[in-house]
Amino acid sequence: MRYSGFRVIAEALTGHKGWKPVWRDPDPQPEYDYIIIGGGGHGLATAYYLAKEFGQARIAVLEKGYLGGGNVGRNTTIIRSNYLLDGNEPFYEFSLKLWEGLEQDFNYNAMVSQRGIINLIHTDAQRDAATRRGNAMIMHGADARLLSRDEVRQMYPWLNFDNARFPIKGALMQPRGGTVRDDAVAWGYARGADQRGVDLIQNCEVTGMRIENGRIKGVETTRGYIGAKKVGVAVAGSSSKVMAHAGMRLPIESHVLQAFVSEGLKPLIDGVMTFGAGHFYVSQSDKGGLVFGGDIDGYNSYAQRGNLPVIEDVAEGGMALMPAIGRVRLLRTWGGIMDMSMDGSPIIDKTHVEGLYFNGGWCYGGFKATPASGWAFAHLLAKDESHITAKAYRFDRFLKGLMIDEKGQGAQPNLH
Amino acid sequence: MIIHHPILGPRDAQEFVYLGDASLIDRPDGMTAGVEVFHDYLYNRTNPAGEHQELWYHEQGDRSWLVVTRNTVTHEITKVELARDVARSRGRTK
Repeated sequence: MRYSGFRVIAEALTGHKGWKPVWRDPDPQPEYDYIIIGGGGHGLATAYYLAKEFGQARIAVLEKGYLGGGNVGRNTTIIRSNYLLDGNEPFYEFSLKLWEGLEQDFNYNAMVSQRGIINLIHTDAQRDAATRRGNAMIMHGADARLLSRDEVRQMYPWLNFDNARFPIKGALMQPRGGTVRDDAVAWGYARGADQRGVDLIQNCEVTGMRIENGRIKGVETTRGYIGAKKVGVAVAGSSSKVMAHAGMRLPIESHVLQAFVSEGLKPLIDGVMTFGAGHFYVSQSDKGGLVFGGDIDGYNSYAQRGNLPVIEDVAEGGMALMPAIGRVRLLRTWGGIMDMSMDGSPIIDKTHVEGLYFNGGWCYGGFKATPASGWAFAHLLAKDESHITAKAYRFDRFLKGLMIDEKGQGAQPNLH
Repeated sequence: MIIHHPILGPRDAQEFVYLGDASLIDRPDGMTAGVEVFHDYLYNRTNPAGEHQELWYHEQGDRSWLVVTRNTVTHEITKVELARDVARSRGRTK
């Protein structure tokens, strides 16, 4: 079923009785060429690109719950490519370019909205760092603009410009940054993969891996054994649990990150704004709610819910930046589980088991990476070599001293 | 979360700084252990879903290091020990 304006009108006139389920609900077959573990954004994107761009068939996606029920439905929907380091920026810019063509590519409205993202600057040193980052972005083909204090004031006159500790002195802007409807990304990829013959198997948790002579043979699941020539794991948040089936310990800790939505307000914030010094970032949804967040809670957790100190900290950050929101009521808070890696950057690589591949360690930046992550992982699975933009995301970078540490925090996952 | 400090009694987790897995106590000997062993110690984690022994530092308190046994699925804390005692019980001198 293809979507079009004509179809919407025709269905509206006939009582919307013609819509069908968007994807099949197949039982697992005994064997596949490719099994992708994890039916979230990254796993579904991987299956989609494997079938569409790399011409592969006999693919299954195994999901322990329902499609898109994990972090792709628990994030704050921001897309951007404002990174500094060589290992990161080409990859995230590749991802942003894929976002720009995504809706036409999979014929699904993902509400990609490039309203711009700004990172606020409070000191001369921060302005120097932002200038450097902006230049690095431009050199990799991305877009960046340094905004003066007056330009920021023109956009958001009601910000607290004269905060005693963090007066606003300007901002680094990426006009092509923005937000996307996160659930629709999962649904669009799922539908696109299903149309190309990928079996999307839900309520199917992987409970073990069959490995013989250093080679993967298949996976044990709650719906029985399923054989596979190649297995790709894309389960960020639960990576350590799944990879333990292959006897691996990862350079990853699982941490909980909370996010927040306020009651609906009239249009207030056009794009995305980050207040790094105050550990706070915010955008406004189409429904009018302020969508915001801050730091991870900071301790290992698989609980998908956080604690009150971080809620207080985030609220304080919001009030420091935007005193006007003092009477706004909080509608919802929730938590998602992050793969916090040892240098704050992801891993897309082979493992010591032949035919077993890993995609994870996304920290709290996984959503924006979804298209490029899927593409690069499909490339790795199909061709056995890393995609050109993902060559740095190797397991052995920690052993070889080739970390990609944007924040320079060292091997302390809760500080990235 | 409330951490029951062995000396100071119940304290809010906000007073503490979190370091990570308590296996960090067992640092390999830098003069004899190979690069692979040190790499595994520094970067790789078991990261269990369930009971987890971890190091917390009472920064806004008595500045003691604690080994807290906590469930990473429920956040329930079942045991709190002084890291010093744990290290000594594992054969360290301090």
